[in-house]
Amino acid sequence: MATKNILEITNLNVAFVTERGTLKALRDVDLTIPNGAIVGVVGESGCGKSTLINSIIGLLANNAQITSGEMIFEGSDLLSKSERELRAIRGQRISMVSQDPMTALNPILSIGTQMIDIQYRNASSKDEKRARSINMLSRVGIPDPEMRFNDYPHQFSGGMRQRIAIAMALQVEPTLLIADEPTTALDATLEVQIIRRLNDLQQNMGCSILFVSHHLGVIAELCDYVVVMYGGEVVEQGSVRDIFHRASHPYTQKLLECDPASIAQATHSLPTIPGEVPNLDALPSGCIFFDRCDHGFDSCQRSQPKIEQIEAGHWIRCPVRAQQKTF
Amino acid sequence: MSGAWHGLFRTVRRVMHAPLGALGLFLVVFVLISAIGADWWSTHEPNQINVRAAFASPSLEHFLGTDQLGRDIFSRVLVGGQIALKVSLISIGVALLIGLTLGLIAGFGPRWIDNILMVLFDSVRSFPTVMFALAVVTLFGPSLETIMIIVIVTQIPIYGRMVRSQTLALKNSEFILTEQAIGAGFFRIIFLHMLPNVIGPLLILASMDIPFVITIEAGLSFLGMGVRPPTPSWGTILNDGYSYIYNSPWPVIAGGIPVVLTTLGFTFLGESLRDVFDPKLRKDA
Amino acid sequence: MDPLSCARPTENILNSLLKLTDVRVRFRTLSTARAVLNGVSDPFVDAVNGVSLEIKEGETYGLIGESGSGKTTLARSIIGLLKPQEGSIRYDGDELIGLSTLEMRKIRRTIGAMFQDPVGSLSPRMSIYSLLAEPFKIHNQKDCDFESEVRRLLEMVGLSYDFASRYPHQLSGGQARRIGVARALALNPRLIIADEPTAGLDVSVQGEILNLLNKLQHQIGLSILIITHNLNIVRHITDRMGIMYFGRIIEQGPTKAIFDSPVHPYTLALLSANPEPDPDAKIDRIELQGEVPSLLNRPQGCEFHPRCPFVGNSCDAKFPFSKNVTKDHSYCCHYPRNLDC
Repeated sequence: MATKNILEITNLNVAFVTERGTLKALRDVDLTIPNGAIVGVVGESGCGKSTLINSIIGLLANNAQITSGEMIFEGSDLLSKSERELRAIRGQRISMVSQDPMTALNPILSIGTQMIDIQYRNASSKDEKRARSINMLSRVGIPDPEMRFNDYPHQFSGGMRQRIAIAMALQVEPTLLIADEPTTALDATLEVQIIRRLNDLQQNMGCSILFVSHHLGVIAELCDYVVVMYGGEVVEQGSVRDIFHRASHPYTQKLLECDPASIAQATHSLPTIPGEVPNLDALPSGCIFFDRCDHGFDSCQRSQPKIEQIEAGHWIRCPVRAQQKTF
Repeated sequence: MSGAWHGLFRTVRRVMHAPLGALGLFLVVFVLISAIGADWWSTHEPNQINVRAAFASPSLEHFLGTDQLGRDIFSRVLVGGQIALKVSLISIGVALLIGLTLGLIAGFGPRWIDNILMVLFDSVRSFPTVMFALAVVTLFGPSLETIMIIVIVTQIPIYGRMVRSQTLALKNSEFILTEQAIGAGFFRIIFLHMLPNVIGPLLILASMDIPFVITIEAGLSFLGMGVRPPTPSWGTILNDGYSYIYNSPWPVIAGGIPVVLTTLGFTFLGESLRDVFDPKLRKDA
Repeated sequence: MDPLSCARPTENILNSLLKLTDVRVRFRTLSTARAVLNGVSDPFVDAVNGVSLEIKEGETYGLIGESGSGKTTLARSIIGLLKPQEGSIRYDGDELIGLSTLEMRKIRRTIGAMFQDPVGSLSPRMSIYSLLAEPFKIHNQKDCDFESEVRRLLEMVGLSYDFASRYPHQLSGGQARRIGVARALALNPRLIIADEPTAGLDVSVQGEILNLLNKLQHQIGLSILIITHNLNIVRHITDRMGIMYFGRIIEQGPTKAIFDSPVHPYTLALLSANPEPDPDAKIDRIELQGEVPSLLNRPQGCEFHPRCPFVGNSCDAKFPFSKNVTKDHSYCCHYPRNLDC
């Protein structure tokens, strides 16, 4: 059954119970990943990106509470699955690449062993698995994969290790790959290599990617759709052109302005967003961005803004702007 | 300094959350109070002999009965607790201070100091403890001080090594580099910046060593190599009780229970502290 | 009052504050015994292989490099945490290499340093108050009123006095970074060395730190050495820049000149490696193959030649020593680009 969307998250609310109080880490999050698309999640510290990822793969901390929401993956709700069912999905249908490749690579096993081991669910012979592993390693750009098959992770550089981690994640042929800041720790010249590889591989293998990053340039280059998060909420989402050419939420606009790459004229006075993200245990009553927004009205403080569509496929959580756009 | 008190209260609260931790804390406090106030809680003079009342069973007059010389066991156990804690706290305390300092210097100082200290530590550690204890006792005669020396010398390398590896791990961290860049000197760095960050695991280890030392003292005294009679130590109480066990079981029970309770108390407390302090063991976000 | 808050020297008589000449920092790979046994004649790697640069008073210099370029090693040598084997580091006319610990401590008063991890650079068990007062205590400013100095520093970086009683783990990245700036500035230094000052900071607060450094530079005439691999910020806040690769500076000059017409192929690749925040941007990207080789396998000749898209015949034979485009702008390449302008 070919569903249009590989993952549909609706109305997700996640809170953490701590000594300091209840932290509402995610509120009313809606997110859709169409089949074969790359969806980028942009946000800064405290926006809830990590909580979102952990919710999808079902690895939230013990003091987390999912107070509401649905996550329909390939037709069934992930939130209603048992741990055993989730384990069958994790690492098989959904796989992940993190910022630090050493979270995926076992330092005491050779990469060849790990690449073969990860195919354990597959019934083919060891030789076939080995051949497939070597193929995948060369596809991610590891030179001489046959010779280096028995090398250990520490014998590779950071950039190579990240590629091996990507190879492992894609080896299982997932339908959804979650990439959590995979290039943040890498230099710019390495970053562009990895991005290009990811792009090529995705097109060849047809999997969908959820790409989380705070690096706007990479998101613009790689993604088809973008979701902008702030303080645990989705504040804007749409196609990549909607976001970068027609950003409508004040936070998105400000964020784009602050990116030094977007500022054409060299300046000694860079724009910033003064203030800080509010504490998740002491949320304001109205719009969460209000005290850092330049365009706020009294009405913004009174009630929680809902997310509204301003053009096809482009949604923002700002009633003031939404009204202006739909005039 | 208020930060330190606040931290202390928070730690105590967290320890109380875990049932074993609370139990451990309670037992330790109980033992401490009984030992510190031994002179007040005692009902009789611990060394007072009254042969006609020998081997009495527990009663209102003698809470834990009497031993073979009619001495009140309850009072003897209390004073014995004082001795046990004195020996363990002082010797662990001294070993801790010296081991901490040497470990910091070995970890952060020049290579040649580290090499010398490591050779020293390893030499001491490879010497069989029992033989060393026998040798010291033979040289200096059995006494509390002898036991303390033995404990101090054997514990210093253990603590020293632990502090050294923690210090080595922190040596290249950014805040140490920043302190060096600011111009902080060697001693400022090791005592103000390294020490607070390495002492945690050490304190936990030390607190779990306290029952270990108490049992050593009890064991050595039991073997006649520690405290001399008539001084009551848990070990001598056990020894006497063991000799006369067919006359009355109470001395053995009374001598053994405090050791068990103290050991359990410090062990539970130490483990609970370790859980509280290790952020990786925390299951919460 | 602060004696350095007087006006900046005028542009054309800027004095040299920091001058590095042919600095070389080597690390030992094998002990002498092992080296002899394995027949290795030279058991060293050159992390910094002959670097010369100059920073004038009141100037901001950007040192660009990727992992393995040696930029952090160089920064640490300047502060005295590492000792160069060759070369000279002159600070305000005085030679830094070979100074005793005591003399170095005096110099450290006038050089402020900030390292990469904003929260990790602050000693975890010390309060912010203690951390800010510490530079004064270390350098024996005993007649100082610590509390008023702490207030002054917090105000200078835009934080309220409440922060004095907090601990590093209670601060956000941006706040911790500001404390780092405050500490570096505590004793009125003349030079600040900032290693990746915006690392770990969100884009929306990066500007705050950079603007702060800029403002302070104008107020007290500071020189700043910024070490980073983030070209985006370099364009905005540096006057001059140098690009490091494999332990050498391969291009150096005024920031604007280098961005307008970069000469060395590596510079070109770096500049084109910036993904634009515009999905429709067409970038003439020069994509480099492979990665920086290990320091143990130094390529012959120009160390960049195995990856260079414009490699030519003499590239693997000898290293191209520095040539000038203009008086300020130099490069090390046999086949430079963009020179016909």
